[in-house]
Amino acid sequence: MRVTGYWRNISFLYRLAGWKCTHCGAFHHYKPVICRRCRSREFTQVELPGSGRLIAYTVIRSPPKEFERYAPYSIGLIELEDGTKILSQLTDFKEDELRDGIRVEAVFRKVRVNGEQGIIEYGYKFRPVLSRS
Amino acid sequence: MSSTIFKRGPEKSSGGDMVKLGGVAIQGYGGYIPRYRIRAEEIGRMWGQDKSGFPVAEKTVAGIDEDAATMAVEAARIALRRAKIDPRRIGAVYVGSESKPYAVKPTGTIVAEAIGASPTKLAADLEFACKAGSEAMAIIASLIRSGQVEYGLAIGADTAQGRPGDALEYTAASGAAAFILGKTDHRAIAEIEAWSGYATDTPDFWRRPGDRYPMHAARFTGEPAYFKHIIGAVQSLLENDGYTLNEIDYVIFHQPNMKFPLAVAKYFKVGQEKVSPGLIANFVGNTYSACSLLGLVNVLDQAQPGQRILVASYGSGAGSDAFVLRVLDGILEKRDLAPKLAEFIRNKIYIDYSTYLKLRDEILMR
Repeated sequence: MRVTGYWRNISFLYRLAGWKCTHCGAFHHYKPVICRRCRSREFTQVELPGSGRLIAYTVIRSPPKEFERYAPYSIGLIELEDGTKILSQLTDFKEDELRDGIRVEAVFRKVRVNGEQGIIEYGYKFRPVLSRS
Repeated sequence: MSSTIFKRGPEKSSGGDMVKLGGVAIQGYGGYIPRYRIRAEEIGRMWGQDKSGFPVAEKTVAGIDEDAATMAVEAARIALRRAKIDPRRIGAVYVGSESKPYAVKPTGTIVAEAIGASPTKLAADLEFACKAGSEAMAIIASLIRSGQVEYGLAIGADTAQGRPGDALEYTAASGAAAFILGKTDHRAIAEIEAWSGYATDTPDFWRRPGDRYPMHAARFTGEPAYFKHIIGAVQSLLENDGYTLNEIDYVIFHQPNMKFPLAVAKYFKVGQEKVSPGLIANFVGNTYSACSLLGLVNVLDQAQPGQRILVASYGSGAGSDAFVLRVLDGILEKRDLAPKLAEFIRNKIYIDYSTYLKLRDEILMR
């Protein structure tokens, strides 16, 4: 069980919120002491946009043991509206809906369940944008 | 319907008449249902049931990565988009659910963190079968009236359990409804004008600690349970200086199936046109703590300023909360800021029974 590691990241996992170096623009998942790229100590809190475009995806049919019950599932490379690229699990799609270039949006989901007694790790996944027709 | 309850109505509650709650309003609302559906016919096929007479046509099923907390967050995010407030002004988050993901650890803190409201002053989970969400609304409204919080978030969310083969399996569904309440102002969506509650010790449905599925007392869940409590709560809104049904434009009763809410409507002589807009069970099922509140969401998605809504929940065990709301001008500006419930209802993926078992975590994996 990795409770503290998960907990330190929940702002990013839940809301795509993190810290941007005011000097070089490097993005950090949680507030660092110094920027890993330029050694600056000044940061601004930012929230990444919750929607974007699916660049590419793959289907995982032979997952690690802890994700077995979710198989098959998909992982996508997504370009968010501000140009940030992010890897994420994809969810709530029909097989014929997944195509490179479709619009996707972040949703809040269970990402990993640590057995019967451990912590439930929540976080972002992306789904095709809800049709408003 | 020749019983005492249907002839004379239930005895009055000891708490007195309704409470006028003016000054507190819905500032944002949101409904969420998962994308997956299973038809009652498909469940019936598994258990050799006739193709007719199912309590609902189909029900929602939570995805494999969804639970009451994730659905509560989705509904809360929709409510926040409509409320258009800084989430840090939300001082209390109460989540009503009987399928909370943790036995010990509040869902409310997860929701607060996920919408950017953390740290809040208050966050707790409530349990009262299907009425825990409406009870959350009553508590949040009181906190706002007393000035303890500026805004509060009340949620009903459930991934309802039904034992395979049991009558509940046809209806036990998944969904969430969230309401951000605050003081009534020019931006408000609907003012909560009045509230009344009615609760007694009635063992019509229960689940013991550690058990996977609830038990129920079959037909006992009707007249002495559902009907007595809903009629009791609604009756006190109509008595003394209360409302007349002519003043009410929409009526929503808890909908564990299609039959019960229509029977209450008949008792109060409410026309079908006032009931239909909030009656969604046939396409959604019984989402337990979210059930009557999702009916309210569907009505808010179409109501006009000046109209009045009566909503009555029912929770086994047993009790009912009944509210009268008056729709305000803010609805016109805020309604289209987020997806309506009808969009979620339309956007569905049908699954078969074996996929249903996988999503419901009924397949043992070692």
